[in-house]
Amino acid sequence: MTEAVTVRGLRRAYGDRVVIRSLDLHIERGEFVVLLGESGCGKTTLLRALAGLDPIDGGRIDGPPRPAVVFQEHRLLPWDPLWRNVSLGLSEKDSRQLAGAALAEVGLGDRLDDWPRNLSGGQAQRVALARALVQQPQLLLLDEPFAALDALTRIKMQSLVKALVRKHQPGVLLVTHDVDEAITLGDRALVMREGAIARTYAISAAANGHRSHPEAIELRDRLLADLGVGADA
Amino acid sequence: MSDLAIAAPVRAKRLPRQPRFAVRRLLPWLVPVLLLLAWEALARFGKIPPYILPAPTKVMLTGVALVQDGTLIPDIGISLLRAASGFAIGGAIGFGLGVAVGFSRTAGLLLDRTVLMLRAIPFLAVLPLVIVWLGIGEGAKIFLVAFGVTFPIYMNTVLGIRQVDPKLVELGKVTGLSTWMLIRRIILPGALPSILNGVRYALATAWLALVVAETIAASSGIGFLAMDAREFLRTDVIVLVIVIYAAIGVAADSVARLLERRLLAWHPNYAGETRR
Ligand SMILES: Nc1ncnc2c1ncn2[C@@H]1O[C@H](COP(=O)(O)OP(=O)(O)OP(=O)(O)O)[C@@H](O)[C@H]1O
Ligand SMILES: [Mg+2]
Repeated sequence: MTEAVTVRGLRRAYGDRVVIRSLDLHIERGEFVVLLGESGCGKTTLLRALAGLDPIDGGRIDGPPRPAVVFQEHRLLPWDPLWRNVSLGLSEKDSRQLAGAALAEVGLGDRLDDWPRNLSGGQAQRVALARALVQQPQLLLLDEPFAALDALTRIKMQSLVKALVRKHQPGVLLVTHDVDEAITLGDRALVMREGAIARTYAISAAANGHRSHPEAIELRDRLLADLGVGADA
Repeated sequence: MSDLAIAAPVRAKRLPRQPRFAVRRLLPWLVPVLLLLAWEALARFGKIPPYILPAPTKVMLTGVALVQDGTLIPDIGISLLRAASGFAIGGAIGFGLGVAVGFSRTAGLLLDRTVLMLRAIPFLAVLPLVIVWLGIGEGAKIFLVAFGVTFPIYMNTVLGIRQVDPKLVELGKVTGLSTWMLIRRIILPGALPSILNGVRYALATAWLALVVAETIAASSGIGFLAMDAREFLRTDVIVLVIVIYAAIGVAADSVARLLERRLLAWHPNYAGETRR
């Protein structure tokens, strides 16, 4: 396996407020890492630094210059039909074919020429996912991409993401507040606190597979406790 | 409660019957047509002297005669050419400045105040000065039109660019778009509704500028035609010119609207035939 990204001693501050103090992180290609942490602990800040959207104040990030990002909102360009949205960063002549293939992967292969405003929230988010994957990214950053979706759509999106990640093998960093989502999707769960990674848990395939598996139940309790909402707290 | 009460259909109050299609299409034209007929009748039977207001049919015949003796069409052509060149020059300046100020903070600091100060001048007020500078030749008219057009285009371009969703700009950056592609794929399309709004407004301004410039200082064009006719009390020609001005103004606005519908097909407010 090759590495997707390595972060050493990352520091990031907004003025006087230090949000990321000294953070280390390593993700392999094909590895699915989920990031949990209380609201405001700096998860989005970390993602933005990895995406190269914000400057960093210390440490180093060794990774692709341009990871693919899916935000909480779909951020589709309303003036472009779906295939133009998906092929936004592509320069190739056959970008329509590539976009069509990517849209087919997310189940929207028949809507190439449709407008974003004709999509439901879940469909729009699937297009955003297609737009990220069409770049064949080495690193895929997902910032609560399912948070705005209803429970059923979210479950479908989770399996879709899982399947597509397995196929394309990018390293993934997914931010979520949903502990069950973390256990279902992740190979590894990180808990962020006070500007660093406070805990790391390996998640077995067995725990991925069944919510009621003993390992999954134990992990859920631990994660909830880490997040300060333990079942018996 | 009885079943009957539940089953009773909720009868909506009967809506007033919609007027039939033909009626809906024709009724708005009734008053204009009646006015026109009344005007015709009053003029025909000498209730309005022809030098005050000639009959509509007389105006039409005058139009035909002027076309036939070859004066009207070239004059319309000259007027349109002036409007178009003034619009192109003013539009280019307004758009160029707008793009610069919209994108660059430095350009904004440097230019915005100046442009806004110039904008405070009612553009018709500069006409005497323009005549002193440029005489009553083509330059004066084109200058006035360009001056009137620059500001609405400038304002709306700046506004449009500043209103582009920063989240989409951010998306463009993570997607690795070059600056040029960012402008072309995200910023200009995002600013387009506002810019087209400016275009429509500027068209009206351009037309007004032209009418005034041609009326006050010209030796050709349809405005000149009207002023020349005034000397001979040819009210039929004057009315004809007024009608032509109105018609061209309406036509220009429809073209602008068509442009909006074509270019903003993605926009919910202009959506028509866009659903697949
Ligand atoms: N542009 C900014 N300027 C100043 N402070 C900021 C800015 N963006 C974020 N912060 C602060 O940095 C801290 C971390 O914010 P961040 O958005 O990374 O949190 P998060 O973990 O993503 O939270 P959530 O789970 O609610 O999305 C917060 O205290 C926030 O107030
Ligand atoms: Mg966040």
